[in-house]
Amino acid sequence: MSVHRDDAASKMGMWIFLFTELLLFGGLFLVYSIYRFMNAEAFAHAGSELDVFIGTVNTIVLITSSLTVALSISAIQKNKKKLALGLLWMTIVFALVFLVNKYFEWSHKIEHGLFPGMEHYMSLPPGEKLFFYLYYFMTGLHGLHVVVGSILLLFVIARIRQGRITHDNFVFHENGGLYWHLVDLIWIYLFPLFYLIH
Amino acid sequence: MMNHEKNHIVPFSLHLWVWVGLLVLTLLTVSSVLVDLKNFVVFAALLIATLKASIVAIYFMHLKFDKKILSMMLGLVMLVFIAFIVLTFVDYSFR
Repeated sequence: MSVHRDDAASKMGMWIFLFTELLLFGGLFLVYSIYRFMNAEAFAHAGSELDVFIGTVNTIVLITSSLTVALSISAIQKNKKKLALGLLWMTIVFALVFLVNKYFEWSHKIEHGLFPGMEHYMSLPPGEKLFFYLYYFMTGLHGLHVVVGSILLLFVIARIRQGRITHDNFVFHENGGLYWHLVDLIWIYLFPLFYLIH
Repeated sequence: MMNHEKNHIVPFSLHLWVWVGLLVLTLLTVSSVLVDLKNFVVFAALLIATLKASIVAIYFMHLKFDKKILSMMLGLVMLVFIAFIVLTFVDYSFR
C-alpha cells in the first residue's frame, strides 16, 4: 500500500512560506531605501567603509553553494545518491565559509568600535549610524537564515541516508533547496546595496 | 497512490552554465563601481541584482519547469512589494 502524496501542493506551500520571507526582507529593503533617499551622502560615505573584497568573495561562495544544491537535486533524481550527498556536504561547507568570513568582517568592525552603542559608532553622524544599524540588522538576519538553511540541508542529508528521499520522492529535498536559493537571492540584493553603492 | 507527474531533471550542464552566468554578472556589478556612473549607480546595481535574482528563480529554483501558477504567485508578490515601494516614495517625495 502506498501513501498518497501531493508534491505540487507541498512545493506550493513552501513557496507561500518563502513569500513571507521575501516580504520580511522586503520591509527592511523599504526602510533602507527611504533612509538612503533621506541620507544619500552619509550612506555613500559609510558604505565605502565596507570591504568590497570580502563581500565579493561571499557572493561567489553563496552563488556556488546555490549551484551545488541545484546539482544535488538533479543527482538524486538520477538516483546518484552518493553524488547528491557529496554535493549537499559541499553546500554546507560553503555555508560555513560564508559565516566565517562574516565573523571576521563583523569582529573587524567591532574592534574599531563600530557597533551600535560603541564609542566610534556613537560619534558618527546620524545618517551613518542608520547605515551601520541596518547593515548589522539585515546581514545579521540574513546570516541567521544561512544557519537555518544549513540545518535544513542537514535534515535533507539525513533523510537521503535513511532512504526517505529517493529518486522518485524528493520534494523535501527540493523544498530544502528552495529555502537555500532564497538565502542566495536575498544576498544578491544585500551585496550591492551595502558594499557597492557609494 | 503516487502522483507521477513527469519529473523534469535539469541537466548538470545547464546548472553549470547558469552558475557561469551568475559569476559573470557578479564581476560585472563589482567592476561597475570602478566606472563613474554618476546617478545611475543605484539603478545599474539594482538592475544587475534583479537580473541575477531572476536567473536564480527561473533556473535554480526550477520555476521554468514547474507549474506556471508558482511563477504567477511570485509575480503577484513582487507587484505588491513594488506597489509598497512606489507608494512610500510618493509619500516621502511630496512632504
